[in-house]
Amino acid sequence: MHALQINNLQKTYRNGTVALKGVNLTVEKGDFFALLGSNGAGKSTTIGIISGLVNKSAGQITVFGHDFDSELSKAKSCIGLVPQEFNFNQFEPVIEILVNQGGYYGMPRSLAYERAETYLKQLELWDKRNVIGRELSGGMKRRLMIARALIHQPKLLILDEPTAGVDIEIRRTMWEFLAKINKQGTTIILTTHYLEEAESLCKNIAIIDHGITIEHSSMKNLLSQLNTETFIFYLESPLKNIDLLHHNEFTQFNIQQIDDSTIEVSLDQQSHINSLINLLTNHGINILSMRNKTNRLEQLFVCLLDKNRHNPELAKTLQQTVKESSQVDALS
Amino acid sequence: MNWTQQFNALKTIVIKEYLRFIRIWVQTILPPAITTALYFIIFGNLIGSQISDIDGYKYMDYIVPGLILMAVITNSYGNVVSSFYSAKFQKSIEELLVSPTPNALILIGYVSGGVVRGMIVGVIVTVVAMYFSDINIHSYAMSLLIFFLTATLFSIAGFINAVHAKSFDDITIIPTFVLTPLTYLGGIFYSIDMLPEFWQNLSLVNPILYMINSFRYGMIGTSDINVSTALIIIVGFNAALFTYAMYLLNRGIGIRQ
Repeated sequence: MHALQINNLQKTYRNGTVALKGVNLTVEKGDFFALLGSNGAGKSTTIGIISGLVNKSAGQITVFGHDFDSELSKAKSCIGLVPQEFNFNQFEPVIEILVNQGGYYGMPRSLAYERAETYLKQLELWDKRNVIGRELSGGMKRRLMIARALIHQPKLLILDEPTAGVDIEIRRTMWEFLAKINKQGTTIILTTHYLEEAESLCKNIAIIDHGITIEHSSMKNLLSQLNTETFIFYLESPLKNIDLLHHNEFTQFNIQQIDDSTIEVSLDQQSHINSLINLLTNHGINILSMRNKTNRLEQLFVCLLDKNRHNPELAKTLQQTVKESSQVDALS
Repeated sequence: MNWTQQFNALKTIVIKEYLRFIRIWVQTILPPAITTALYFIIFGNLIGSQISDIDGYKYMDYIVPGLILMAVITNSYGNVVSSFYSAKFQKSIEELLVSPTPNALILIGYVSGGVVRGMIVGVIVTVVAMYFSDINIHSYAMSLLIFFLTATLFSIAGFINAVHAKSFDDITIIPTFVLTPLTYLGGIFYSIDMLPEFWQNLSLVNPILYMINSFRYGMIGTSDINVSTALIIIVGFNAALFTYAMYLLNRGIGIRQ
């Protein structure tokens, strides 16, 4: 059984804006799934529809086998949402926010208190339980929203940019926490603009652009599509003989000098980084450290968007989808 | 959700709403008591003593039911409109919308909050009124029934106002320009028999007239309107507004995109 299945999801807002033209997604049970896309691509609309905050125009959604149209209540019970914006009552104490949320899912208050204590302790907010929401720091508010989404122990947790504006220390703590609950069996869908976050946490990925799914595969498969990777090498000592880099042995690598002791190297899939390192060492050039110039997923993400936006076949498909979706809207 | 879960969800909304207005009781419970006491002192004691009896009742006793009901109307309406609009404004309404709580329970929960506040304020104002007047309640059952139906009606109306509201101005327009004039012209301070025929007939269009008069009947035993007709109208308005509020919730108007 899939955790989430979306077929041909479409959304046209009342003002005529077509946000989704046909999103298709399948998320397996236990997955840590990345849903990526540029601003306005349709990620938040998709999440809004899945969580019941936005009405869909067309399409089918099932959550753990429960159809959204016929078993909405059961489908909603399976989902926990951490939205992009802070959406709790700013004047309520932290503990009440959690206990009330438990109540909305039908939990008795005693059980909601127990769960609230558990999650507030896990997310290091227990000391703040009697503080009103507006007095929390940004990072605490984010963690509060995660605790609130978990209070009914959902099978599917959806996080819409949960680490936006959060410092690196809290971000890493949140990553660890999310990885832990995923290991315990919670399926997670994550949208983020921090692509290193998606790359390090997620097993599978979908990319949405202009309201349609343009990529849907495993992270491993997607990253293998990357043809070239660019690395920055920091050398132990300044390069004395610059011409050395134009030597025949180095021509298979695209090397550019950044400054005296820094070089940039572009490697295609066939080239091995080991051979470059060996070659440099043999010529007495020692490497102090190295890093990827850009995040691999980021590089790929930009390529895919660019490719699809300049793909006439896709443009034709998009036009067709828009036409069909407006026909569906007209009928409904 | 099974019945127990639905009960827990409803209980949560009602407790949340109750705690909301109790937490700020100085703003929500105290002012109506003070305002009504001033009405009793000025209109009842000072001016009222110069006015002759109406339908055989002292002027002070005659205005008591209307003043109690006015407090109930204002508070039940105000509670729901401000609470639901604040939830919309802060987006905390999304906590409920993502949950499996059925729409009917969301409406009943918010309306219950308004009814509870209306009732609490109504009881306090009644206690204050008893200090200034000398009323023997004619029918407890009728008084309580109208009390409850009126609080429910205006709580639903407040909910509808909040659903349609797009700014804080929108939640003050209806109470200021519709509710207050209709309440004052609903026969709190006078019998419509005292008005010229045209104004008498026009007053019959005002639904608040039926509530005030049937409540007055329950409290002191006199009414300008047939009480059965008044009850049918009040129940009818409750049913119509409830249906409309459910329609808004089910369509997601004003709350879902």
